[in-house]
Amino acid sequence: MATERSLSPEARSILNSQISRRGVLAGAGGLGAAGLLAACGGSSSSGGEDTKTVRWGNWPLYLDFDSDTKKYPTLEKFMTETGLTAKYFEDYNDNDEFFGKVQAQLKLGEDIGYDVVTPTDWMAARWIRLGYTQKFDAANVPNKVNILDSLASPSYDPKRESSLTWQGIMAGFGWNTQKNPKGIRTLDDLFAPQNKGKIVVLTEMRDTLGIILLAQGVDITKVTENQFMNAVDFMAKKISDGWIRGVKGNEYAQDLTSGDATAVIGWSGDMFILASENEGKFDFAIPESGGTISGDNLMIPSTASADGKKNGEALINYYYDPMVAAEVAAYVNYVCPVKGAQAAMEKIAPELVNSEYIFPSDKTSSRLHIFRSLTPDEETKWAEAFQKAQGN
Amino acid sequence: MSLPKVRVPYLLLFPGFAFLFTFFILPIVNLAQTSTQTPIAGGDTGEYEQTFAFSNYIQAFVDNKEQFARSFVFATFSTLLALLIAYPLAYAIAFKSGKFKNILLVLVVAPFFTSFLLRTIAWKQILGEEGFVVPGLRSLHIISQQTTLTSTSFAVVAGMTYNFLPFMTLPLYASLERIDPRTIEAAGDLYANGITAFRRVTMPLSLPGVVAGTLLTFIPAAGDYVNAAILGSPTSKMVGNVIESRYFKIVDYPTAAALSFTLMATILVLVTLYIRKVGTEELV
Repeated sequence: MATERSLSPEARSILNSQISRRGVLAGAGGLGAAGLLAACGGSSSSGGEDTKTVRWGNWPLYLDFDSDTKKYPTLEKFMTETGLTAKYFEDYNDNDEFFGKVQAQLKLGEDIGYDVVTPTDWMAARWIRLGYTQKFDAANVPNKVNILDSLASPSYDPKRESSLTWQGIMAGFGWNTQKNPKGIRTLDDLFAPQNKGKIVVLTEMRDTLGIILLAQGVDITKVTENQFMNAVDFMAKKISDGWIRGVKGNEYAQDLTSGDATAVIGWSGDMFILASENEGKFDFAIPESGGTISGDNLMIPSTASADGKKNGEALINYYYDPMVAAEVAAYVNYVCPVKGAQAAMEKIAPELVNSEYIFPSDKTSSRLHIFRSLTPDEETKWAEAFQKAQGN
Repeated sequence: MSLPKVRVPYLLLFPGFAFLFTFFILPIVNLAQTSTQTPIAGGDTGEYEQTFAFSNYIQAFVDNKEQFARSFVFATFSTLLALLIAYPLAYAIAFKSGKFKNILLVLVVAPFFTSFLLRTIAWKQILGEEGFVVPGLRSLHIISQQTTLTSTSFAVVAGMTYNFLPFMTLPLYASLERIDPRTIEAAGDLYANGITAFRRVTMPLSLPGVVAGTLLTFIPAAGDYVNAAILGSPTSKMVGNVIESRYFKIVDYPTAAALSFTLMATILVLVTLYIRKVGTEELV
């Protein structure tokens, strides 16, 4: 059981070596730089972007960043190798928000200002369903075969014709090791007296309720509406009884460091950063009853021009090179979707080769589950119930 | 080539009208249209059609009356608190600050140099478990060991009071500063003591500032959602949070629009009643 117990031993062994490379301040610098980029690039191109450019909208702090040069090393290399200019925007902050921003243009077929976007699985499913993406030209993305078997055929894109995973995200329990010396493996551990009023759960419905449902013995690949509403009631009760302090996005990390939260349902990559920056004060584990895994997907919007599409494909193909993927993974610490990256990691950061955060073992993977895709009706109804439970 | 005189005023007004039309009238009309739409049967998430479903309004209000009530209670509390804090402050700046007057005024406005969001997040740190306030109050036994300050209604009201304080202080200052000190001296000459002079002279003369300040605080406070989102908990959400979640999370545009209209209408009614009561003639 010891090896399965937690993901932390690997993490701990590399705490110190990691801090300099990843520093969150560097990330903040990246945000600033991206903001500037966005300010320059946003309005200039109304469909007439030049033929050697690719515009990529991604989540913040989600690409290797060098704080000294203020550049993204892998992206720089891509530009030198291909002669293309990559414009990188860290402005994908929220799936719904981003969708709200570009939906009207997608509908009208007007340029949305991106050739590559990075929505999460369920949102990717919506884009594909609505016909807002373009299928890859297989000849342009030969590295596509490198995708992990477990990610190769999601229900929304069974042949991965128009999407490829950027990073995988595990959700599980995170905790303050001083307040929870025995760690947290079950919902009962989470709702233990010392955490009362200091529990924060994720705003990402499929992660928070996925973990609650799994703990209730429900198979989330087949969850029914009754089961779902049952879990929502459970959460609402924990909120009204004063156990759960807040339902938050990435901000739960601040609550953990400020001491306002002592236990959370959180994401592996964040918890890794917290653990490494606070010398083991925090830890993360996949619940005994199972955790959730989801992915963010590289896709080409239907509004990208022929050149934009071709350049986007070159970009996606480049990031599916095991060497490049390993370099990104060493920085972001989310689950790497590319076969061969683990071997390549040997040359980049040997201490990360066995990191369960980046390369979950088969044993770990078998405990991660994917929330089933929802119909548009369910999506609205379930989201509404989830929002109501959190007071909205 | 001189223009006929009649047209000049209209030409000068045109940019203003064009701006208002594009950025106020059109969005309001669009919002009104959206508020009575219903989902297209079999349509995808976020697809709605116009069916003039005015029942959206009733449904939206009934579902969220708690958050509505909370918005107005919080806004009232923070307006009163801001008034209590700002009045002595504005009074001191207007009458007692001497050569420091300009510096003090700059200090009142200084918070605006930093982003509203950052300042609110800073409050989270200050009131947080490892800030200085909570351990301080605990060691003085003012709050129990289990009591926390963030994620409470207290933190939300405190944050709103702080954030809207300059909007209260500046109009108060403007009307206090305009009071002729000789009127107060005259009250003294007529044997009024300090309290009576304040009650009968200073207070009534500063009333326009009070009305303007309370309006400038109450209206944005009632629609605020940032403070509740950052400093509050699921049990202290305001109607602004509901609108945000309906729009962005549930992708239920009609309900979000109906709630926005209901909020606007409620504020309008309350403000009208308030102004009727205190009178508008003396307003700035």
